Amino acid sequence: MTLIAETELQSFVLLRLGDRRFAVTANQIAELVAPSRIFRFPHNTSEVEGVILRRGRIVPVCDVAETLIGQGLKSRRFYLIAQRCYGVQTEWVALPVTGDCELINSEMTLPSDTDAPHVSGWLSHAGDVIEVLNLAALTPGPTEIAPSTAPLQPQEARP
Amino acid sequence: MRPNSPIKAPAPRSEQIILFRVSGQIFAVSSASVQEVRGIDSLSGAVKEVSHPSLRKVKHVVRRGENSVYVVNAAMHFGLPPAPPALVFVLRRTRTALLIDGIEKMTSMTRLQALPLAFCHEERIWYRGLTALDQAVVPVVKPDGFLTPDELFLLDASLSQEADAEAIRIAEENAQDAQDSSFTQ
Repeated sequence: MTLIAETELQSFVLLRLGDRRFAVTANQIAELVAPSRIFRFPHNTSEVEGVILRRGRIVPVCDVAETLIGQGLKSRRFYLIAQRCYGVQTEWVALPVTGDCELINSEMTLPSDTDAPHVSGWLSHAGDVIEVLNLAALTPGPTEIAPSTAPLQPQEARP
Repeated sequence: MRPNSPIKAPAPRSEQIILFRVSGQIFAVSSASVQEVRGIDSLSGAVKEVSHPSLRKVKHVVRRGENSVYVVNAAMHFGLPPAPPALVFVLRRTRTALLIDGIEKMTSMTRLQALPLAFCHEERIWYRGLTALDQAVVPVVKPDGFLTPDELFLLDASLSQEADAEAIRIAEENAQDAQDSSFTQ
């Protein structure tokens, strides 16, 4: 038996990774932008490729294709910039996608116990069953957030 | 009636930084954190070798007054390909000297953005944050992020062991010399 999470329709953005489509709740999406230069520097978080500059913010690029479709993306058409929650804080992350994105309204079915942690629900759309992504489980982040060490707003340099 | 004087926006606070190169990668460090910049050749007489199997990035130590300052190879610290270092930064209020390839330039930054939380490993210790300069993003290093207290403890212990071994060796040599001279008398 499946449970319907909401009787009302919710808005989702469908994104494409290779041949597959996935969904993210629309209220988590900031914008869809053309690929821009990725700045890389040494770090040990393998899921993060680098960062891009967007509207004065420095946004990490997380290629989630390896986890979702089993291989990294060879080409990318857009970055879907989404809000990722870290406890009570949110930050932007850029997800490379391979095709156009689409805004739809649909009902979401809650995940079952056997679904992967990155699945926050399921949609049925145009004959496809589509995973709704839980970005907090899909993209990296510290397991415990100390509010004092992780400011939400960009800091001004202090001499 | 006098017209209102225009309101001046406060000038953004800025911080002087040094951009430096390690294996082709550009980093920034606050110039206030750099006590000395020296050529690598000027260190050669003052350094002593030190080694610990888990800390390959540190091969030398310099005595400065009461303190031992450990020389960290920045390329090895960041996991970058090795490159011949040319300069050493002695970092203020730390026990670290940093081997780097060269200085790119001195400039100032007006904004330091905290490292995004998606970065969740050692880089959170390495960097104070990121800054955007000339449409590029540069990581700003944390001077005390090159050697953790645990690593300093290991290096101090290693240095202490080597000093003890040296003292024993000298004592044995002196004893041998004394024995030899008593035989000759």
